[in-house]
Amino acid sequence: MSEDEKQGGTGGRRPLVQEWPLWEVFIRSKQGLDHKHCGSLHATDAKQAIQMARDVYTRRNEGVSIWVVPSNAITASDPGEREAFVDPMADKIFRHPTFYELPDEVKHM
Amino acid sequence: MYTQSMDTDPETRNPVAKVSAVGRPEEQRFQATVDAEGKIEPRDWMPEAYRKTLLRQISQHAHSEIIGMFPEGNWISRAPSLKRKAILIAKVQDEAGHGLYLYSAAETLGQSRDEMMAALHSGRAKYSSIFNYPTLTWADVGMIGWLVDGAAIMNQIPLCRCSYGPYARAMIRVCKEESFHQRQGFDIMLSLSKGTADQKAMAQESLDRWWWPVLAMFGPPDADSVHSGQSAQWKIKRVSNDELRQKFIDATVPQAELLGLRIPDEKLKWNTQTGHYDFGPIDWDDFWRVVNGEGPCNKERLAARVKAYEEGQWVRDAAMAYAVKRKARQHKEAA
Ligand SMILES: [Fe+2]
Ligand SMILES: [Fe+2]
Repeated sequence: MSEDEKQGGTGGRRPLVQEWPLWEVFIRSKQGLDHKHCGSLHATDAKQAIQMARDVYTRRNEGVSIWVVPSNAITASDPGEREAFVDPMADKIFRHPTFYELPDEVKHM
Repeated sequence: MYTQSMDTDPETRNPVAKVSAVGRPEEQRFQATVDAEGKIEPRDWMPEAYRKTLLRQISQHAHSEIIGMFPEGNWISRAPSLKRKAILIAKVQDEAGHGLYLYSAAETLGQSRDEMMAALHSGRAKYSSIFNYPTLTWADVGMIGWLVDGAAIMNQIPLCRCSYGPYARAMIRVCKEESFHQRQGFDIMLSLSKGTADQKAMAQESLDRWWWPVLAMFGPPDADSVHSGQSAQWKIKRVSNDELRQKFIDATVPQAELLGLRIPDEKLKWNTQTGHYDFGPIDWDDFWRVVNGEGPCNKERLAARVKAYEEGQWVRDAAMAYAVKRKARQHKEAA
């Protein structure tokens, strides 16, 4: 990697304009299912982002509904604290139905 | 397609620093995740060399998809029927999509789209050597689908299990679409090989030109691939160049026989002992010449790409200006 790339530059050639904003794309593949994140794209505004998401991510009927969200509007949990973040849930095994032993007489519950 | 062995970047042909086995705790945790077939996601800790290797590979792959549109795009207006034209447009559109999935994956590693574009347009970034060969006849369009996309599939299937989540997911999407590409190419070859003597000759002449450059697409022999050890340890590259090449030849020879086309290799022969085809030596000097900018179409491809980008600049500027203006108007109306 060249020196200017290391510094995050573009080799002295600054882009002419700032690139279009980044959007995250979520697609509902079928009625009844959740929207699922499938990637991102650049677009000038939400309307254009939806149109582009259709062309980029649903060329083969992969979706019946699309959400686009400005990437900078997403707040995410810290991956460095994943363990501490997930840990408190791990010891509460009584949240799962398998924690409870049922008498044999109870066939279904 | 089309990713090529990372060793094709002469600037970086020196080995990447090895991840030390007794590294820092986060390095150990990283390698343990990779060893256990876990995935690394954008905001997870990763070694700097891993990030750089991926950034180079994914962006080169994206550039290849974009440049790969040119040799086929040249034939859209000259396709022999409306059906072939519609298919070719859809195929080229898919390649644009592949480029976008991949740029989107590469951006998660911290480089902007503009920076990647600038690297491509300045000639600093590489793309697959195969697109620096010309598409002289309609048979070449069939050949790209059948052989080039066929080679791409071989290469990309193991990448679906790459340790970096966004790249693996992009590859799954790409692979789903590639089999249409290969089949439409084979279908063109099938029509030509069943056609007139002239059409059959056109098919053969095309295979004679494409066969060796396609074999070189898999990258230099394993013995010369300095990055592959590190890349395998990181579960980025899971199958070696030579293994992929052999797999491709074994799969393709029977298809050529079915088409009644002769593969231009005197040494090509089934080896009952190994259960694979033996084949003749590849001209690596030609490969490096093309990679280093001396191929028949390097200048033409890059010039076409830069021209398209520059001529589209006013459209991008106008779209942005319109969006800003509309937003301002909405604010005013709301006030
Ligand atoms: Fe592709
Ligand atoms: Fe393709």
